[in-house]
Amino acid sequence: MKGFSELYLSLDASNRKNEKLAALRNYFSVVPPEDGAWAVFFLTGNRLKRPIRMTDFRKWAGLACGQPAWLVDECYNHVGDLAETLALLLSERKRSIQIQDRPLHQVVQEDIIPLRDLGLEEQRERLESIWEHLDGSSCFIFNKLITGGFRVGVSQSLVAAALAELANVEPAIMAHRMMGIWKPTPCAYKALFTGAHSEDQSAKPYPFCLSYPLDEIARSRLDTISNWQVEWKWDGIRAQLIKRGNEVILWSRGEEMLTDQFPEIVEEAASWSGSIVLDGELLAWDHDSPAPFSELQRRLGRKNVSVKMRNDVPVLFMSYDLLEFDGVDFRNKSTQERRSILQSWSSGISSRYFGISPLIDACSWEVVLRLREESRRRRVEGIMLKRKEAPYHSGRKKGDWWKWKVAPYTIDAIMIYAQLGHGRRAGLYTDYTFAVWNEDSLVPIAKAYSGLSDLDIRKVDRWIRQNTTDSHGPVRVLEPKQVFEIAFEGINESKRHKSGIAVRFPRIIRWRKDKLPKDADSLKMVRSLLAVDS
Amino acid sequence: MLIGSNQQPLIKWTTRGLYCEKGDFYIDPCRRVDRALITHAHSDHARVGMKSYLTADAGVGILKERIGIDSSISGIPFGKHQRIGGVIVSFHPAGHLLGSAQIRVEHRGEVWVVTGDYKITHDISCEAFEPVRCHNLITEATFALPVYSWPDSQLVFEQINQWWLNNQAEGRCSVLFAYALGKAQRLLCGIDHSIGPIGVHGAVEKMLPYYRKAGRAIPEGLLKANAENKEKLKGVGLIIAPGSVQNTPWLRKFAPYSLAFASGWMAIRGARRRRALDRGFVISDHVDWKGILNTVDNSGAECVGVTHGYADALVRWLGEERGLRAYEVSPKYAKDRPGEEAEK
Ligand SMILES: [Zn+2]
Ligand SMILES: [Zn+2]
Repeated sequence: MKGFSELYLSLDASNRKNEKLAALRNYFSVVPPEDGAWAVFFLTGNRLKRPIRMTDFRKWAGLACGQPAWLVDECYNHVGDLAETLALLLSERKRSIQIQDRPLHQVVQEDIIPLRDLGLEEQRERLESIWEHLDGSSCFIFNKLITGGFRVGVSQSLVAAALAELANVEPAIMAHRMMGIWKPTPCAYKALFTGAHSEDQSAKPYPFCLSYPLDEIARSRLDTISNWQVEWKWDGIRAQLIKRGNEVILWSRGEEMLTDQFPEIVEEAASWSGSIVLDGELLAWDHDSPAPFSELQRRLGRKNVSVKMRNDVPVLFMSYDLLEFDGVDFRNKSTQERRSILQSWSSGISSRYFGISPLIDACSWEVVLRLREESRRRRVEGIMLKRKEAPYHSGRKKGDWWKWKVAPYTIDAIMIYAQLGHGRRAGLYTDYTFAVWNEDSLVPIAKAYSGLSDLDIRKVDRWIRQNTTDSHGPVRVLEPKQVFEIAFEGINESKRHKSGIAVRFPRIIRWRKDKLPKDADSLKMVRSLLAVDS
Repeated sequence: MLIGSNQQPLIKWTTRGLYCEKGDFYIDPCRRVDRALITHAHSDHARVGMKSYLTADAGVGILKERIGIDSSISGIPFGKHQRIGGVIVSFHPAGHLLGSAQIRVEHRGEVWVVTGDYKITHDISCEAFEPVRCHNLITEATFALPVYSWPDSQLVFEQINQWWLNNQAEGRCSVLFAYALGKAQRLLCGIDHSIGPIGVHGAVEKMLPYYRKAGRAIPEGLLKANAENKEKLKGVGLIIAPGSVQNTPWLRKFAPYSLAFASGWMAIRGARRRRALDRGFVISDHVDWKGILNTVDNSGAECVGVTHGYADALVRWLGEERGLRAYEVSPKYAKDRPGEEAEK
């Protein structure tokens, strides 16, 4: 456990990719497969099912460190991370037992997982004795694993890069070996190095090719339009559909398996002959155009999709790339070539739940620019540009795929509430609620926490502390004085919100110190944006 | 004889700061007053514009450096009793930085102590904290939460030395952010200066003569961290500078570098990460939670005023767990916790 804790702390402490890579390499070069398997599991964002209730966990940790519950809460509010708070508090109590280091897999398999099947009192006793045996950083990691909040600033591709170096293969190959459901077994771990593929090989998705955002200036530097394949940027869920043999699997970009949530697509794909891997977008579909993203959200996170839900929210897999065909990897072929194979293949299949992302035929950048202005009306996010000669890259590679989104909506709103942030922003007031005018009262319109510089965050924090008029639990009520420019991507009617409006992806653009509260926008103005969006 | 509900407290909070009516003076006032007793020279305690200042002898030089040579500043030896109006006043080492003091005020046998900022852990760069018995203690609470528990400073110095050596091996300059008065000098006394050249920022350097004069072990041969000495420091040196230089052109001169911050706030990962630092070293010139509780116990005070930081939690804890009369000295929200850049 100590090795893993140290790895976590050095990944957490460093901002340098090379240092992180070195830390990973050092760890994996000596770790036994039993532990390495779990390390890969956690580092690539997998979580254990929570073995105990959080309220119990918090209560017992409080008892174990001998502090009253309110003080534990106070500390948690300040630190912003429960696992860290409890580790800090627990490391302070006296202990009677020598600390012993146990391997990661033992802690997971013998301590954490079995907790689930114990009664409440046994759970508490077990936890106390485990805590007793862990030193500060191991205690922190253990708590993180228990609370399921184990997140570390390392991307899957970085883990793959480190393992690839040790296995002496290309990072893309390692990324490919690692994708899919990771079974934290020594066998699976060893297979990463030997390439001996396990039985679920056929389910493995390819790493997605990701695009970079493009603005007007960067756009003007692109070469002639004839080198580019132009498509709409769909506003759905990026997904990879894999049909190898008779099995169909649908993966999200976050490598979440979506197969159960879109049964009609899976069923239809199963009826095709041959094998194919497609890259595309899952969309809620309304006759011949996309439905708002909020519709698609209704389909997510369900174990079973009812017939009613299927009828209420029809969906479509909008394919835009072909990665594999009849067992042959096509990713090194050019975008143009892949596209033509995709088109000829698609002409021969049933396509009730399938579409092919149409190409935009534009003879000049001016035409594209004009079409891009139609994005909102078409319920797309903007334009995608793909270099015709480019292969299908693994991950983010600058230069060949660009997303050129339409500008977001912006409004000026007044900050009215603030809450302490968590994680990186723990201890600072960084979660804000903004309001607009409704006649002469203020109505909340959006919550946002990102977009300010660290310096501004600290300034706003100080302002908040000095301008609190009231507080409700963790929420501070503020003098309605500060105006911020808020951007958001979409806007919908909503019965759940007091304002009758829900905005998507709100974020702070800038602090408008030059504006007075009376200059902020009105609900009426915000409502007028609804018309544009629908 | 202690403050009852019908009796005026000997020291009370006013909009100008802590005020002792019987002696007609303020302690660390925040607005202009005639007579100011100053615990130490940090800017949240010592402000310009007072008609007269009284501080511990050992802190006079630094105070003058901070608020101006022309100010009317008198000094008093540690421990010496002096009558001011109707009270007896004395200054006692607070262990926060060179010349920092707790202020003891006595009136007809009733003793109050205002700690100012203090720490009880070992620090060779300043006088050791002296416990003072009193009836009413007004303590700071910058780090008054049990999540704050300082590691042995010797271990921290070893971590800093090791970090410096590692950076040298990588050909990187080591930039250590620290508060320019107090922390910076403490670090200079504690690190292993044989490792390589040490550069100091102007704000740090300004204070060094006072430390040297007081016989504190500031290493010789320190370099001014400027363009002239850039080549000597690049790749091998350690630079001690205030955190405000992060993201400035001044700092970029010394690239490539590793950035670290030496502060009690570094005990929390979030504080470390949101400043985009490579390392955080947990070393503070304030007391931690246990230190405050020890100080309260040793003082014998039955009544504890809390100021400067996490007052709420400490007030409640002292009341509920220790059965003491505890109260928050400054009004709510007026003096909220300072935020991690200001560990003064
Ligand atoms: Zn202070
Ligand atoms: Zn101070």
